[in-house]
Amino acid sequence: MNIIDQKISTTQFVSEQLNKYAEKVNFTPDTALIEALHYLEEKGIPNNKHEDYKYCNIEGILKKEFKGIDNKYTAISAASANKYKVVEDCINVFIINGKFSAELSDVSKLPKGLTITAIAGAEKSLLVKHVSQYAAANTDAFIALNTAYGGNGVAVHVEEGNSIKEAIHIINLVSAEGNVFSNVRNLVVAEKNTSLSLIETFETIDLSGKYFTNHLTEVILEEQAIMDSYRIQNECDQAYQVNTTQVHQHKNSNYTTNTYTFNGALVRNNLNVVIDGQQAEAHLNGLFIAKGQQLVDNHTLVDHQQPNCNSNELYKGIITGKATAVFNGKIYVRKDAQKTNAYQSSKNILLSDDGTINTKPQLEIYADDVKCSHGTSTGKIDEEAMFYLKSRGIGEENAKRLLMHAFAGEVVEKVKIESLKNYLEELITVNLK
Amino acid sequence: MLSIKNLKAEIEGKEILKGIDLEVKAGEVHAIMGPNGSGKSTLSSVLAGREEYEVTEGEVTFNGKNILDLAPEVRAREGLFLAFQYPVEIPGVSNINFLKTALNEIRTYNGQEPMEAKDFLALIKEKQKLVELDGKLANRSVNEGFSGGEKKRNEIFQMAILNPKLAILDETDSGLDIDALKIVANGVNQLKSKDNATIVITHYQRLLDYIVPDFVHILYQGRIVKSGGKELALELEAKGYDEIKKQFETV
Repeated sequence: MNIIDQKISTTQFVSEQLNKYAEKVNFTPDTALIEALHYLEEKGIPNNKHEDYKYCNIEGILKKEFKGIDNKYTAISAASANKYKVVEDCINVFIINGKFSAELSDVSKLPKGLTITAIAGAEKSLLVKHVSQYAAANTDAFIALNTAYGGNGVAVHVEEGNSIKEAIHIINLVSAEGNVFSNVRNLVVAEKNTSLSLIETFETIDLSGKYFTNHLTEVILEEQAIMDSYRIQNECDQAYQVNTTQVHQHKNSNYTTNTYTFNGALVRNNLNVVIDGQQAEAHLNGLFIAKGQQLVDNHTLVDHQQPNCNSNELYKGIITGKATAVFNGKIYVRKDAQKTNAYQSSKNILLSDDGTINTKPQLEIYADDVKCSHGTSTGKIDEEAMFYLKSRGIGEENAKRLLMHAFAGEVVEKVKIESLKNYLEELITVNLK
Repeated sequence: MLSIKNLKAEIEGKEILKGIDLEVKAGEVHAIMGPNGSGKSTLSSVLAGREEYEVTEGEVTFNGKNILDLAPEVRAREGLFLAFQYPVEIPGVSNINFLKTALNEIRTYNGQEPMEAKDFLALIKEKQKLVELDGKLANRSVNEGFSGGEKKRNEIFQMAILNPKLAILDETDSGLDIDALKIVANGVNQLKSKDNATIVITHYQRLLDYIVPDFVHILYQGRIVKSGGKELALELEAKGYDEIKKQFETV
């Protein structure tokens, strides 16, 4: 069998399994569905021959690690789910084994102007207006897979003129026997003059096999909408995750997102932000601690389509053990996007000889009156600082911990929710051990 | 307290210390002076345990223990303190957190309980006054954005908190104006007791007007070529290093 046939066969196998187990949903527009199936048939799930998946051979992983997929999920009790309510004074929403759980979620008494439902249960007009309008199924295999077999995640809708004070915390939990694969689809719509904070955490409860989750979230920020968001990825070492967030920003909107990746065998984030209105701002921050055999791959895209907008990006990584990390940051500044300010920075520390970091900024600028910059650095631990700390009586372990905390601190201090910040500090401490 | 015998050390194959002998007793202040390149900073680095330097011969005992085999942090916990010539900036690590970690590691090593937060804060407040360090600086990242003088004061502040048995001040006077010099010297003098000792490493006599040494040693080409009382520093100031160089130069 040649390479192309092999690739198609993996895609076919996965598709067949998904077809067997996926819940039939009715919110995907037919055109998107056809595009998705067509894309999968033609291109298949990417391997390392695909430029965007050069260091992230997902086709290979699926073929090797997911020979059988039987989607035997196991139940999660309220008591074990509730342990993950780590953020104070927030609205907790659960996605259990890839499906929104109304039972466990605090959605009965929501603040005025906020609706949280299973995506399939959202208002029809909202779905028609937004689903598959931003994440194009003919651009990426995982968008296509999710579009074709997308499961019932959550829809968050903030109606015009409402500021939601409590943060919304979407907790993704998985418990399964054997190998499972699911596609979770979410939709977040913030209408004009609204604000919200959204936290997504990803955790494993119990697992005897392996699981693959392909998340897709479309985020729409209308005029003057402000969104502050966080993603905390902390699954077990048999968890594989592709997480696509497709953001569409209208004028004067402000999008901030912070991605923290701690655990998981594979974490691939595709964060795409399209700025389609003037005077909008996007802030993309990330922190990952990759260790053991982990593969952490962050791909970001900021697409400046309109003039007078700002984007700012800061990703920091600590790589140890035999882990591999990737940061690929694309910035497009389209012909009309004059007076764009776009900054990007990627800083990494390699703590081991066997760890790898591949970092690549990619700026494509078609406008002439713009300010854009990017910087990337990869270094080892600062020996001078280590010696200074040791000379005061601080041992190797604590000295390293202080320095790594300091390095990570820049991304954590941006967190606006105090209890979340404390939780992150704890996770950083645990994961630096 | 400290006994250095025939200490020889090299870096990248080049011998810098060529046989140092020095005895420091509790309650004493020793000054080590010498021209640039004589090995002053190498001596302090070797004592503090910098790995780049290789000790090829000799021994150093501190309170009866051979410290050359100990890691830098263990030397510090034993009561050795080096005030750096160039204190390192560590963005993101707060001065307070840094000192608390250090103090508690030293206390644990010495069989003491970690200090209560309340007592620690009281200690910080008290010692801050000693070197006239702004309270805001104590809360900032270690040395980050500090002026030269603030960095040196921060070194003495750390020394005050950690309360070492032996403090080595490596060119603490470099880059200080006269007011900062007085503050630093005043801090050092107030920390002096019959139980601890200080080694002041300096190029100039100026600092010794404020921190008065009991003994002065002249280091030249990796050896202590002359020792005496505080008057030796004055003599050196008057005559300059040229005389010493002429007298002791070896080819």
